[in-house]
Amino acid sequence: MLTEAQILNWLQAVTDPEIPTISLVDLGVIREVRVEEDGGVYVRLTPTFAGCPAMDYMRRDVETTLKAHGIPRVTTEISLRDPWTSDMVTDRGREGLRRHGLATPPKLNGGLLDLDILEYAECPRCHTTNTELRTPFGATLCRAVHYCHDCRQIFEQFKPI
Amino acid sequence: MNPKLDLLYRLADDQLILGHRNSEWNGLGPILEEDIAFSSMAQDKLGHSLQLYMLLHELGEAEPDTVAFTRNTPQFHCCQLTELPIGEYDFSLMRHFLFDHAELLRFEALADSSYEPLALVARKVKGELKYHVLHANTWVKRLGTATEEAIERMQAALEFTLPYALGIFETTEAEPEIISSGLFIGEVELQRRWEASISKVLAQTSLVLPDLRLLTPVTGGRHGQHTEHLQPLLDEMAEVFRLDPTADW
Repeated sequence: MLTEAQILNWLQAVTDPEIPTISLVDLGVIREVRVEEDGGVYVRLTPTFAGCPAMDYMRRDVETTLKAHGIPRVTTEISLRDPWTSDMVTDRGREGLRRHGLATPPKLNGGLLDLDILEYAECPRCHTTNTELRTPFGATLCRAVHYCHDCRQIFEQFKPI
Repeated sequence: MNPKLDLLYRLADDQLILGHRNSEWNGLGPILEEDIAFSSMAQDKLGHSLQLYMLLHELGEAEPDTVAFTRNTPQFHCCQLTELPIGEYDFSLMRHFLFDHAELLRFEALADSSYEPLALVARKVKGELKYHVLHANTWVKRLGTATEEAIERMQAALEFTLPYALGIFETTEAEPEIISSGLFIGEVELQRRWEASISKVLAQTSLVLPDLRLLTPVTGGRHGQHTEHLQPLLDEMAEVFRLDPTADW
């Protein structure tokens, strides 16, 4: 009997196209999986940022992976119904971001995204918070650039939103 | 025009056209971080326009690519502010500051729209716009308190750009219904919030906000009347698409 837990387990193998240390499940972009009556599977994804150019790749990777596990029909939908926030990154996902050298977004816990939160980041190398936001725009839409005053190095952060 | 279509075209066209203008800084920014910032904001705005054109498509309009790339000047509803050439960096920054303050407040209000699909998009977009406003504020404060030359140039840019910025709030015939049906709070209320919002930032600089009542807003954009700068932009933007509209990318 195919279960949703089994599908989520398989989808752990599908990683972010640009950050191979985090799965789409742990990134929080897979919002729902459902086993249909005919044995097909429905997967709902949501983009981290509305202009994310990686969505088509994510969708394709999800479909390819599930088909490789013998699912006859995979339907994917990209929806803003349950919009992504950085709080949707799981603890395992946060660990994956750090392994890739990225600072993690501070938890918002439903609070407002204010300047204090945007400027806060913990250096992924030395873990100090003696850091400074250099620019909210980095190499991709979901990354900001900070500077660590202790390491005297630039580092990237997965943005809080 | 149907109030939903009227509102969506104005929103989507603003995003598309200013997104394209922002992308023109790609490779030309005064410093690397600014080059990346304007390119990133361009990418965000194109993403936002796509979400809005998708809503229009659900309401029976043509495919997003068709709508974006095959219309000509009179069919665009962006405000004229968005279509002006990028000019010097002081102008581009000032346009970015004045436009994105309005845009953040607009999408915050749209998050409560009675039209649920639009409210969903707005809830997503407003968080991203905070980064745009943060970026604009940082530079307006930095340059607006810097050297005499910087302050003079930013002040001149402010005075040049303001009449166009007031054109953001130009209303159309659909406005009463847009407000009464709960689609949106309306342009008058938005402008009131915008003035408070930009004043707060400008007060932290040496820049002086002129009396807005004495300015004549540059309008027409919402009704398809544009400057001579829009058509060349549209021709360039659609150049590749028009080579083969059926190509699969």
